[in-house]
Amino acid sequence: MSVISIKEVSKIYNPDKIPVKAVDKVDLEIEKGEFTAIVGPSGSGKSTFLNIVGGLDNPSSGAVVIDGVDISTFKESALIDFRLNNIGFVFQSYNLIPVLSSLENVEFIMLMQKIPKEQRHARAIELLKEVGLEKHLDRKPSELSGGQQQRVAVARALASRPKFILADEPTANLDSHSTENLMGMMADINKKEEATFLFATHDQRVIDKARRVVTLEDGRIVKDEKR
Amino acid sequence: MYFTLAWRNIWRNKRRTFITVGSISFAVFIAVVMQSMQKGSYARMVDTAVSFYTGYIQVHKDGYWEEKILDNIMPLDEGQISQIEGVDHVKLVFPRLESFALASKEMNSKGVVVLGIDPDKENQLTNLKSKIAHGQYLQPNDDGALISEGLAEYLELGVGDTLVLIGQGYHGVNAAGKFLVQGVLDIPSPEMNSGTVYLPLQRAQWFYGAEGLISGYVIDVQEQNMVPGVTAELQTLFDSEIYEVMDWPTMLPDLVQSIELDYVSGLVMLIILYFIISFGILGTFIMMTNERSYEFGVMTAIGTQKLRLVLIMFLEILMLAALSVVVGSLLAMPLVLYFNANPIVMTGETANMYEKFGVEPIIPFAKDPMIFIHHAAVVFIVSVLLSVYPVVSILNLKIIKALKS
Ligand SMILES: Nc1ncnc2c1ncn2[C@@H]1O[C@H](COP(=O)(O)OP(=O)(O)O)[C@@H](O)[C@H]1O
Ligand SMILES: [Mg+2]
Repeated sequence: MSVISIKEVSKIYNPDKIPVKAVDKVDLEIEKGEFTAIVGPSGSGKSTFLNIVGGLDNPSSGAVVIDGVDISTFKESALIDFRLNNIGFVFQSYNLIPVLSSLENVEFIMLMQKIPKEQRHARAIELLKEVGLEKHLDRKPSELSGGQQQRVAVARALASRPKFILADEPTANLDSHSTENLMGMMADINKKEEATFLFATHDQRVIDKARRVVTLEDGRIVKDEKR
Repeated sequence: MYFTLAWRNIWRNKRRTFITVGSISFAVFIAVVMQSMQKGSYARMVDTAVSFYTGYIQVHKDGYWEEKILDNIMPLDEGQISQIEGVDHVKLVFPRLESFALASKEMNSKGVVVLGIDPDKENQLTNLKSKIAHGQYLQPNDDGALISEGLAEYLELGVGDTLVLIGQGYHGVNAAGKFLVQGVLDIPSPEMNSGTVYLPLQRAQWFYGAEGLISGYVIDVQEQNMVPGVTAELQTLFDSEIYEVMDWPTMLPDLVQSIELDYVSGLVMLIILYFIISFGILGTFIMMTNERSYEFGVMTAIGTQKLRLVLIMFLEILMLAALSVVVGSLLAMPLVLYFNANPIVMTGETANMYEKFGVEPIIPFAKDPMIFIHHAAVVFIVSVLLSVYPVVSILNLKIIKALKS
């Protein structure tokens, strides 16, 4: 069974005025352990698609089935709990709660999952080690570089043991060195932990790391190649 | 962690928090100081009037209080006294005969209030003995009189001199008598101090030709809050066709009214102050909410229930309120305690108002913890009401829109 199974999903903005078909009848299956990039020019519908896959937005039509559960009809509060336990998120920037340290940011998501204190503390430290931030456990986001902040975000996304991790242009605000670092680290984690990654990007260096590249154009999949 | 989060959040913008806490605590400070002063002055007014003159409750012949003439007096009845004493929470009962006379010495004269008293029991309520400036307090069988200091000065009377009283007695008889000045009283009420004469009850009855008659019973009660209960019970004991049972607010309507008026005008001022401050608080809440919409978007995206965000925001608001209440109270406390121990002495207009009610124009502040608690409650209630804005905006947060902000 696929981790993500998208069936005939469309998203139409402004259906009453001038309709914009941001996503147009997309079908996509993502298997466990994939490291897949959604690519395409700006405005091609990458963010809209990822938001729908992540349960942040409702499709206008079609089904979004995550690990066998169709979430396209979930109510808000159920969707929030579903995201907490099944999906990890890394956004373009400002992912973290500014008043919490790296450690606390990673622990926070497990606190919401009601994981006991010792357990979440130990796991947060372990994950921050994995992303190479064991020396910055007590730093606030404002005391970290953009790349370091994104690594904390990756550690947080992993902390809840999600079915997959979504990342919408995670490197858009990073320099090339930090981009290499972050992507290398994500690829390592993908291999080591069999964590499933789905990320949107239009950065060639990021695309190069992907093992499957799905190309969107005007909301449609025009190419889907595995390497 | 939620507490830590909330606490750190309120310090994200230190300047704003200082301004917010500062303005709320300023309101609390003003409110507490003002009301401590008001309550202190009212307590003093009531206390002086009640403990020095009316007592908490009085029983007279019906109509006496309205028209204090000797035709409206009644017989002293020991049976009634024991009946009143039998009522729960009654501390003390004693008779008084009160009327007017002209006091004179040689060519000078002055209208005075004459109070025929039971010296011993009168002292238990009013502490009259302690007001003796010169001379001796009365014994029940004495022939002499106590006069207030103002009268003594006006008529140039001293201890050992003779006071002449002339007046109209019971049923219109002429009343005249000579009394040895046994003592001079320094009475705190300026009005009473200017012209009051105390006689033992029997001497007063003799003077007015009113043997066995009194103007009423003065009743002291254990605690002020027991007055309504005791009054109600006394009203069942005394036939309302013949007698009037009056509590102190009924006897002193002007005093009660002027206290209420003063309290309400202060309250109006405080309401305006709180209203202005509320706008500031609301502004802070709006900023606290709006500047964090992206952050709230991320938090909901990763799985934070909106109710949890509301809880965190609510904690922040409670912390701000608590901080303000604590700071405001800490600022007010020393002032209240100081002026409780060292009352303010009033002058001018305000002093006149006090004197009108027979009260010495000084204000000891009340140190009533309820005042602090009330204003703490006001701040919390206002904060909770204003938190409707953040709560509603969080509950209505649209995740995609928030993430784009
Ligand atoms: N909230 C919205 N309302 C209307 N149109 C939108 C909205 N969000 C995105 N769009 C439109 O949908 C299309 C896809 O946008 P988006 O998913 O952001 O693309 P990408 O992430 O690939 O740049 C664009 O034409 C964009 O203008
Ligand atoms: Mg995008």
